[in-house]
Order: sequence, then C-alpha cells, then structure tokens
Amino acid sequence: MSAKAIVVSGIRKSFASGKGSLPVIDDVGFSVGDGEFVAIVGPSGCGKSTLMNIVAGFERADEGSVRVGGAEQSGPSPKGIVISQHGSVFPWLTVQQNLMFGLNGDHHGDKAALADHYAAMVGLKGFEASYPHELSGGMLKRVELARAFVVKPNILYMDEPFSALDALMNLRMRNELLRILDEERHTVLLITHDVEEAIYMADRIMVLSPRPATIQATFEVDLPRPRKLSSAPAQALREAILKELGL
Amino acid sequence: MIVDRLKKAAPSLLVLAAIIAVWWLAVAATESAIFPTPWQVVTGAWELAQDGTLWEHIGASLFRVGAGFGLAAIVAVPLGLWMGWVASAYRMFNPVFQMLRPISPIAWIPIAILWFGVGDVSPIFLIFISSVFPMIVQTTSGVHTIERRYLRAAANFGVSRSVLFRRVVIPAVLPEIIVGMRIGIGVAWLVVVAAEMIALRSGLGYLIMDSRNAGNRYDLVIASMIIIGLIGLLLDSGTRLLEKLKPVRWRYVR
Repeated sequence: MSAKAIVVSGIRKSFASGKGSLPVIDDVGFSVGDGEFVAIVGPSGCGKSTLMNIVAGFERADEGSVRVGGAEQSGPSPKGIVISQHGSVFPWLTVQQNLMFGLNGDHHGDKAALADHYAAMVGLKGFEASYPHELSGGMLKRVELARAFVVKPNILYMDEPFSALDALMNLRMRNELLRILDEERHTVLLITHDVEEAIYMADRIMVLSPRPATIQATFEVDLPRPRKLSSAPAQALREAILKELGL
Repeated sequence: MIVDRLKKAAPSLLVLAAIIAVWWLAVAATESAIFPTPWQVVTGAWELAQDGTLWEHIGASLFRVGAGFGLAAIVAVPLGLWMGWVASAYRMFNPVFQMLRPISPIAWIPIAILWFGVGDVSPIFLIFISSVFPMIVQTTSGVHTIERRYLRAAANFGVSRSVLFRRVVIPAVLPEIIVGMRIGIGVAWLVVVAAEMIALRSGLGYLIMDSRNAGNRYDLVIASMIIIGLIGLLLDSGTRLLEKLKPVRWRYVR
C-alpha cells in the first residue's frame, strides 16, 4: 500500500443532550490509502455523517486524531471536497459559474476552459449557461461532481451522494463516477446505507455498529471490475455484510 | 390567444362592471347632490388631466416616494446584511427596530413637522421611516435563512471572505431583499397620501383634501383615489418584474 491519504485514530465524539452527553462515536480508527475507494456502511442514525464531518474537517472530535495527507486535519479545504445527499450547487450561478466557483487565484489558467472541460467530462456539454433550476436531479449531481473535480481534490468525501436520486439514475451515476475515477485517480471515502452501492464501487467496506459507532467489521472487495452484483461472490459478500448489520 | 386572455380576465372585469353599475344605480336612486356618478368622475379626471395639474400632483407624489424609498433602501440593505451576518450587531439593533417598527408612520407626523416643517422633507422622512424597517427586517431574516449547505460548500472550496459575501451571501439574500422592497414600496405609497393630506400644497393626497375643501368636488376625490390605486398597482408590478431576473428566478420557481 502506498502513502496514506487519511489516517484516523481513536476518535470519540459526544453531543450534549437533555440529560448529560450522548456518545455518538466511540473509538473509531482506520486508514485510507492513496487512491483507495473506501465505503462506510451503517444503520441510519449511527453517526456516519458525524464521522464524515470530522474527517472532512467540519467538526472536531472530542478525542483522537485525524491526519489527512500526512498533516493534522485543521478544517475544511479544497483538498477534500464533500458531495452530500441534497447537494450544494449554488442555484444563483450558472453551471459554468458553479464549476469556476472553487478556482480562486491566478494559477488555474483559463478558468472557463477548465470548467467547460469538466462539464463535458460529466456529460453537461451544452448546459454551461443553464441555471440549476433548469436541470434535472441527475444533471445537478453531475454539476456537483464536476465542481469538485475542477479543483482537483485529493479526496472526495461522499455522504449518501446518490440516495436522493431515483433508482435508475442512482445506478447510472455509479457508473459515471467509476468512469471518471478511472481517469482522475481520487481517494474516495463513501458513506452509505446502500450495501449494494458499496459492493459495486468500493475497494474496502467498513461496517459501523449502531450508536455509539465503532467499526464492527471490515471487508475487502476483491472482485474484478466492472462488477456484477448478481455474481455469486458479490451475493455472498452482501449476505455477510447484511448479517453484520443484523439483517 | 387574445380570446384566451379575455376569458381569463372576464370574471374580474365582470366584478368591476357590477361595482360601477351598483354605484351608478345607487347615485341615481338616492338623487345625491354631492356623491358623483362614475361618468362625473371620468369627466372630472379628464378636466384635471387637460389643464395639467393632475400630472403635477402625480409627479410630486412619485418624487417623494422615490426619494424616501430610495434612501430607505440605501440604508436598509447594508444594515440588514450586517445585522444578519454579525450576531452582536443583531443583538444590539434588533430590539430597537422591533419596537420602532409597529409604530404607525402617521404617529411620526407631528415630529416630522417639528423637525422638518411643511415642505418636501417631511413626507420624504415619513416614507423613509415607514419603508426602512420592513426592508431591514426582511434582509436580516434573508441572511439568517441562507441554507447551511451553501455556506459549507463555500467553506469547503476555501474562498475568501469577500468572495463568500459577493458570490454566496448576497445572491442568496437577493430574493428576500426584493420581497422587502415590495413591502417597502407598498407601505411608502400608503404613507405618501396620508402625509400629503396634512401638510402640503401638492401631491395626490393634497388633491383629495383640496377637492373636498374647495367646494365638495367629490368627483375629483374619487378620481384621485382610483389613480392612487392604479399607480400603487403599477409600482407593485414594477418591483415584481425584479423577480423575473435570472439570478433570482431560482427562488420563485416550483
């Protein structure tokens, strides 16, 4: 394994509640290699999103450390872009303006050309001047992905990225994402409750326990790509993960 | 197409026609010497339009609203943004504004006369007072209701504070600012008429009082009222046009 993109060790987090504190994350540690695609699967409300917020730098853990790219995580930065369920494409900017949003400073060269390159890569050619409210949910997701790719982040943090899409679009976006990742090696940390989504895309799957979250099991996904979810090994893996989740 | 639009407008035109008919019949039945028929209102308005005084009154009222409302917008938008963004500014100013806001602008008339006398400044001040608070409140709440996911995304892309303000905060609040302007201009137009009834020698409010005092010209009173209503409608649809602008459309679609 090459250099580590993310090293999380011994993090704990509690939230203040009515009567004292509610532990949400209890001693979670893992690492993600450079260019690796790691999925975290867990029941809803188990603290998955809190874990991702801590790793991405939006929240601080009470204990433990998060090292990203060899340095202590000090807050959100364009080196790790979050893609979330409901998206955050700015509705008041056109597709092209959204894609150029993260390009600050003068070292990017022709920003519009760069934005258009990534728009074409995710299949948004011809929509550069459109406003988000003129696009479908799937198109919006593409805008969000392209906006992340434009700034060339080392890491993509994906928090249930496709779960607000309809089932068919969800399947299509998985393939799109994998196709782009083939071209632009990024490290990906995916949080999902969809076991099949994790098996289809990830190199490694970690299963979280119910709250307070701990890592309950880890599965290497050693299947050739493109993966067939109906294949016997994929089905066996799915059974094993669901068993861990108590289903 | 034209037939379709006529079909859509037909019910409201019918109501309007019914009102005019009832009015006319009532005046005819009671044989009122003072209350005019609709036709007398039309001829009275025509008379004023012919000799040019109507346009002077309309111009005077619009000027006062423009000046008072313009000043209010210049003050309210930056102040509202600041109060929305900086929590300590909000805590400092919000209670005062919340207390001043429910005071009717009419209550300020004696103070306006005391400070500014009888002239153009008093009504401009009253219009300013009446439209500045709703615009501040609307702008501030616009900042408070910016969705967190957009602020998070901006933080994620590591943009500077000035970019954050120019490209995220202001565009996100712009629809609320426009709503505030609609409320503000509506209140301003209500108040200009009231202010002119008391203090001045021109304007539509003055025209109403003057027509009554100078020989019970109720045809001109009612003509002025209708003109005030129509101009108010035009001002509102004017600000509504702002909602059609591309960078704010997202807020009003769906």
